[in-house]
Amino acid sequence: MFLTSRRRMIAGALSLAAASALAMPASAQEAFSKPKDQVKAAFVYVGPVGDYGYSFAHDQGRKYLEEKLGDKVKTTFVENVAEGPDTERVLRQLAQDGNDIIFSTSFGFMNPTVKVAKEFPNVAFDHATGYKKNDTNMGIYNSRFYQGRAVLGTIAAMMSKTGKAGYVASFPIPEVVMGIDAFTLAARKVNPDFQVQVVWVNSWYDPAKEADATKALLDQGADVITQHTDSPAPLQVAEERGAVAFGQAWDMSSFAPNAHMTAIVDHWGPYYVEEVQALLDGKWAPRDIWGGMKEDILEMAPFNPKMPDDVKAAAQKVIDETKAGTYEIFTGPIKDQNGELKVKDGEKIPDGDLLKLDWYVEGVKS
Amino acid sequence: MNAAILVSILMTVAAAATPLLLAALGELVVEKSGVLNLGVEGMMLIGAVTAFAVSVTTGSPALGAIASMVTAAAASGIFAALTLGLASNQVATGLALTIFGTGISALAGAPYVGITTTRLGPIFPDALADDPYWRLIFGHSPLVYIALLMTLAVWWFLKHSRSGLILRAVGESDDAAHSIGYPVLKVRALAILFGGAMAGLAGSFYSLVVTPMWAERLTAGRGWIAIALVVFASWRPGRLAAGAYLFGAVITLELQAKAAGLSALAPEFMSSLPYLATIAVLVMISAGRRSIKNAAPACLGKPFRASA
Amino acid sequence: MVLRLEARREPSTLMVFASPAIAVVTTLVVGAALFTLLGYDGIGAVMKIFVEPLFNPYRWQDLLVKAAPLAMIALGLSIGFRANVWNIGAEGQYVVGGLAGTGVALLTYEMSGYWILPAMILAGILGGMAYAAVPAVLKTRFSVNEILSSLMLNYVALQLLYYLTRGPWKDPEGFNFPQTVLFTDWQTLPKVVPGTLIHLGVPIAGVLALVIWFLVVRTVAGFQMRVFGMAPMAARYGGFQESRTVWTAMLIGGGLAGLAGVLEAAGPFGQMTPGFPTGYGYTAIIVAFLGRLHPFGILMAALVLALTYVGGESAQTAIRLPSAAVGVFQAMMLFFLLAADVLVRYRVVNRTTARSQRVSSEPATRNTERAA
Repeated sequence: MFLTSRRRMIAGALSLAAASALAMPASAQEAFSKPKDQVKAAFVYVGPVGDYGYSFAHDQGRKYLEEKLGDKVKTTFVENVAEGPDTERVLRQLAQDGNDIIFSTSFGFMNPTVKVAKEFPNVAFDHATGYKKNDTNMGIYNSRFYQGRAVLGTIAAMMSKTGKAGYVASFPIPEVVMGIDAFTLAARKVNPDFQVQVVWVNSWYDPAKEADATKALLDQGADVITQHTDSPAPLQVAEERGAVAFGQAWDMSSFAPNAHMTAIVDHWGPYYVEEVQALLDGKWAPRDIWGGMKEDILEMAPFNPKMPDDVKAAAQKVIDETKAGTYEIFTGPIKDQNGELKVKDGEKIPDGDLLKLDWYVEGVKS
Repeated sequence: MNAAILVSILMTVAAAATPLLLAALGELVVEKSGVLNLGVEGMMLIGAVTAFAVSVTTGSPALGAIASMVTAAAASGIFAALTLGLASNQVATGLALTIFGTGISALAGAPYVGITTTRLGPIFPDALADDPYWRLIFGHSPLVYIALLMTLAVWWFLKHSRSGLILRAVGESDDAAHSIGYPVLKVRALAILFGGAMAGLAGSFYSLVVTPMWAERLTAGRGWIAIALVVFASWRPGRLAAGAYLFGAVITLELQAKAAGLSALAPEFMSSLPYLATIAVLVMISAGRRSIKNAAPACLGKPFRASA
Repeated sequence: MVLRLEARREPSTLMVFASPAIAVVTTLVVGAALFTLLGYDGIGAVMKIFVEPLFNPYRWQDLLVKAAPLAMIALGLSIGFRANVWNIGAEGQYVVGGLAGTGVALLTYEMSGYWILPAMILAGILGGMAYAAVPAVLKTRFSVNEILSSLMLNYVALQLLYYLTRGPWKDPEGFNFPQTVLFTDWQTLPKVVPGTLIHLGVPIAGVLALVIWFLVVRTVAGFQMRVFGMAPMAARYGGFQESRTVWTAMLIGGGLAGLAGVLEAAGPFGQMTPGFPTGYGYTAIIVAFLGRLHPFGILMAALVLALTYVGGESAQTAIRLPSAAVGVFQAMMLFFLLAADVLVRYRVVNRTTARSQRVSSEPATRNTERAA
């Protein structure tokens, strides 16, 4: 009984797949060049929207999109999607449900997105933080998080009394390494002897361990804490101990009204609006976006009123110059941890190298 | 390293050890009665979300901690009803309880994401609790003292009280206990409810003390470490406290070493250490003179139903 | 009138089939009520999760692909569970199986030939077996409880995976992200139905169910294993060796979990990533029970569990049901199943009318070993 029904199921699946293939527009270009009245947009998250971190920030972007475009967009999301075959299934399901554009928001979704994009040439795919795209229907987008790290580094060095910051980090992937390096370079512009101690907690999300790591860093002489993990735990410990700290992915000042100086806010909303608007206008094409403060993908949360005025001014200057394009943190001379000159005076690390960065600048202890 | 830092490190050790100790003490009593409840993680999450929600609503973290015991014990009641009332399989029921706790806590906690509450802080006067040295004794959350007192209480209960004797008898040989007239199922039900309450309290330590907040899966798998600890301690309360503090110390010292720029150990190795250590202890105990058979309750995991 | 449970002389054949159905139906009813009370569209949730995917042919291949590894692992575990060997380390054995296969894939990356995929699969099976051998040794040599040791090893396997994908096995061209290279065509599982996702693992799961059904029902070894589950004393008296039973159960359980692991790696994943383990090893325990440890029941149960995942995603997009709700549904289903299970072994009688007949032998099926 089971076997017959399975055979029937397969037959059914095949015939339907064939039918839908016939209904497809002749080319992908046609699907994206016709203006639309309404766009169905879907979002796939790796974590729960209740993580108050990375996935939460993407979902805020989704809400921003709904708010800005009103009836012209209909959004859905799937949360807690495991990276791998589950991603592939969810993406395929969303494509079959008639979504026009799908945002797959985690690095681990990359290969599944490539596969599914190939199968659905008339659905637009945008993948966050990866490096594979195609020329027809899969774009990539990423944020220059490191620009925000430079602001944090500036504040850290100006406010630290011990000249040492603690960095609670997840895993040594390029995005995290970039952040550590940018933070340190900016801090050492203020104080050339500034030290940054990194502790790897081997997890994106483990509040208790992040808290313990923060305590250890404070015990070992750091008086500024920054993090590249997802929970507000380091902030809460910093608050309790009277240290300085920063929010991650979102304004987390409610967790630490005194310690929270500012936060790097992942501001995906404007990008999502751009992409959907392009579809509405019939002008969508896959892009390779690596935006930062200038493109409004990255924002700094409001400065804490308790921050001294000169620090505010210096931090604001970094923001303004970054937006203007005159402040580029990865400009030489840059020495690595061993004091070896890696980037010559006046040279910049090209984007291609940044995206696979795996070495630490002078002043980082990891 | 000066004394103030040492005090600070020791305080961190206590904070890391306490929730594990609380949850593991509960599970120890459950296992001593012959029941294996693998739902600790789920009950901890239910306790954590309850504690936070009640604390936010009433403004009293202490009430939150009490409420966490009530709801987690209620959740363990499901386990008791199934495994004892209906003689269902304990492993499967415990896993189901963890899945249930993970899901229901996320649903119930959704409105509480992104806010904070008052920390369940020290109870002694600030002069003592904030003193750089005396705080080692007076500066902890009340749950730290409760965990230690409970260790003593559980030890006394199992070793010296009549009820404790009955509980152990039930865990060693349910049939024999039954034939002498001990109420096997009632004893086990009470043990399971106690285990639930303790797991709930352990959960509240995360949402009220370590990080006063709620987020999905806040306990990040600590319930499984608590289960490992019970085995690691070979079902003895004293060793359990020592084990919890040892584990807290290893984790804390490792992070301190990293923060001082000293550690060279792979983080993956450190993360698997508690489990490797537990397996090693299991082997050591049984390879030594005392067989593990004497340490583990003989009826562990086996359902009981009076056949007459 | 006082109701009480009374042991049946024989497990009820009717209830063996009826109890899972009762559990599923109760879950649907109670779930709809509960989620309505919580302010969600309860009936919509039930329709989306449990009914709609069945009528959408697109979803069928998803169900089969998701169910295959679950069924494979559960089939292996059921052998042990029948014999009272509680291997809950399938998650770790699945990971190590996947890693062993990946190891072969990385060694043969530059090579070509039809032998590569079978070599990977063999390595996967052996890897799972080797990892399951650890709790087996601990059990037979040191009497260490296999529930605890196999559970602990799951976490160790996870860290081993993290270490390898972030360290020695990292794709050198992969922008320093923690994952291996994509497997070559020689290393990838072929699709059995062109144009769909249905890979070789799906028919393998079906064949395995037949083989295990044959082994358990027809052979002396299977009889021996079942006797150990029902009456260990009698089994020992009859000259059956307990250690052999433990070894057989652990190796089959580990081997099949390893097989599921390598098939997932070489099939749907096509590489090894830190996201490889998704809890199949634990879910398979539910599947084994839902399927009442019967090979064909397990196939059905795997499909039901796959349904909750696949339908759960539809429910998220269609009615904004949080993903956590799916977990609650799964837990409820298992609770009700375990509760309904009692009807197989016991019957409800009215104490005032029927005096209990003494039942000397313990009811059959699993989990009743007490005699030791």
